[in-house]
Amino acid sequence: MCGIVGFLAKKPEFIQSLGEHVVPMLTCMGDRGPDSAGLAVFGDPVESSLRRFSLYAPDRCFDWSAFEQQLAARIGGQIELSVLENHAVLIGSVEPVRLKSWLTETHPALHLLSTGRAIDVYKDEGHPSDIARRYHFTQFSGTHAVGHTRMATESAVSPAHAHPFTAGEDFCLVHNGSLSNPYSVRRKLEKKGIRFETDNDTEAACRFLEWRMSEGDQLEAAIQKGFDELDGFFTLLMATADKLILVRDPFACKPAVAVETDEYVAISSEYRALAHLPGVKNARIFEPAPEQIYSWTVSSPST
Amino acid sequence: MDRVIPLDLTRLTVRELNHFLHHDLPTGEEVRVEILNPNGQHNLAVGLDALAQIDILGHAGYFIAGMNKRANVTVHGNVGWSVAENIMSGTVRVKGCASECAGASGHGGLLVIEEDASSRCGISMKGCDIVVGGSVGHMSAFMAQAGTLVVCGDAGSSLGDSLYEATIYVGGNIHSLGADAQEEPMTAADVARLSNLLTSAGIARDPISFKRVASKRSLYHWHADAGQEY
Repeated sequence: MCGIVGFLAKKPEFIQSLGEHVVPMLTCMGDRGPDSAGLAVFGDPVESSLRRFSLYAPDRCFDWSAFEQQLAARIGGQIELSVLENHAVLIGSVEPVRLKSWLTETHPALHLLSTGRAIDVYKDEGHPSDIARRYHFTQFSGTHAVGHTRMATESAVSPAHAHPFTAGEDFCLVHNGSLSNPYSVRRKLEKKGIRFETDNDTEAACRFLEWRMSEGDQLEAAIQKGFDELDGFFTLLMATADKLILVRDPFACKPAVAVETDEYVAISSEYRALAHLPGVKNARIFEPAPEQIYSWTVSSPST
Repeated sequence: MDRVIPLDLTRLTVRELNHFLHHDLPTGEEVRVEILNPNGQHNLAVGLDALAQIDILGHAGYFIAGMNKRANVTVHGNVGWSVAENIMSGTVRVKGCASECAGASGHGGLLVIEEDASSRCGISMKGCDIVVGGSVGHMSAFMAQAGTLVVCGDAGSSLGDSLYEATIYVGGNIHSLGADAQEEPMTAADVARLSNLLTSAGIARDPISFKRVASKRSLYHWHADAGQEY
């Protein structure tokens, strides 16, 4: 059992207060997933020559200022590093492939959690309420966010195994359920040169969909292929720089409920995680149908 | 009017609420309990065995009014999974929509869902009656053994899969029938039974326009010839 949450702000005041709405959702879903949690937040994209990188250091005493100096000396260019506990967001003009290669060579213990122009990712072990407090999630602003609370069933409890998973740029995915064929999906992708970082089943779904997008599919088309490729139970909540997308498996084995108002879209595994949201009691609340793609865009929401 | 007891879930835990409903309801008089601020919480008013009217004022979570005996429980909102699971008697009414597995394994009593119910509605029902004012999702009445499922709207795919002796009436379209389920002619007895159920549910629909679905009875009988093939 795991919990998923998602939020898309339609009005500026909800963009500013995104974290205040999302944290009670995440904390409530701690009942479904108490061992680890994560949150991906999307904001205004940095200019096209720059990238945002979310980094995680397992060592809470990691020397981020020394890291910044080494990075400036080796990579150069414009660099801005914002540290929050053992996470950091790096904004710079460095090529993603070059940064990944440099990190692997010089700081193999560091995890690169996300790459893109709009996405920041935080994830860690512990109860979701503790993680939300540790990283000050209530202070986050942004257009949309995707969160997850994990109760591990198929692979280890670690920050790397926590969701959201990311692949490519500005794409993340959270999953409630269990895939029955992640290793066959993985073997297919590895033959194409795609590298995995964990043995988690969700990573297979994430990398499959990103592979389809890298081959030219829109996310919706990639998901259609995913319905044929991915076997098992899943409610998947995904985000790109400007979209929030929700799907359930053909049997709808894992729960999801969505609410849409003129001010926001909110999604959760259970209604009680949405009960605090303004106007929710009289809002349009619905349960997503199996194998249907529900998509909302930041600028012009639709289902 | 009867006596009204308000119970506010911003002040009481679910355990305290259910303890009160099990042990402290006044006897010898008609009582109505109003449960305030349910906010999607699970397991409200489960395991009741009392002649009481319970009104849940708002959206509620999973397993609402499970195992209900004698009580009349009304939810003034939506419910999550498995409302009235294993209902024994009494009435559970949902004014809004219900999520999956509504009325699962219900032995008796009446479950009314005024709007839509999701997938697996009436799964393994064992004698209760379920009336859905709207539509139901896929695999509804799966392995249903006894009782009646009435769907005033449409039914999703695989309706009545592996059906035993429960009867299904559908007012709208059936996406597909499950294994061993078949559509059968409506008899006068069906119309009378359906008419009574619609009246009990307070839903004004003409029973004549409904379809009857029941078991072909080919799946659960032992066939010696088929057995010998293995």
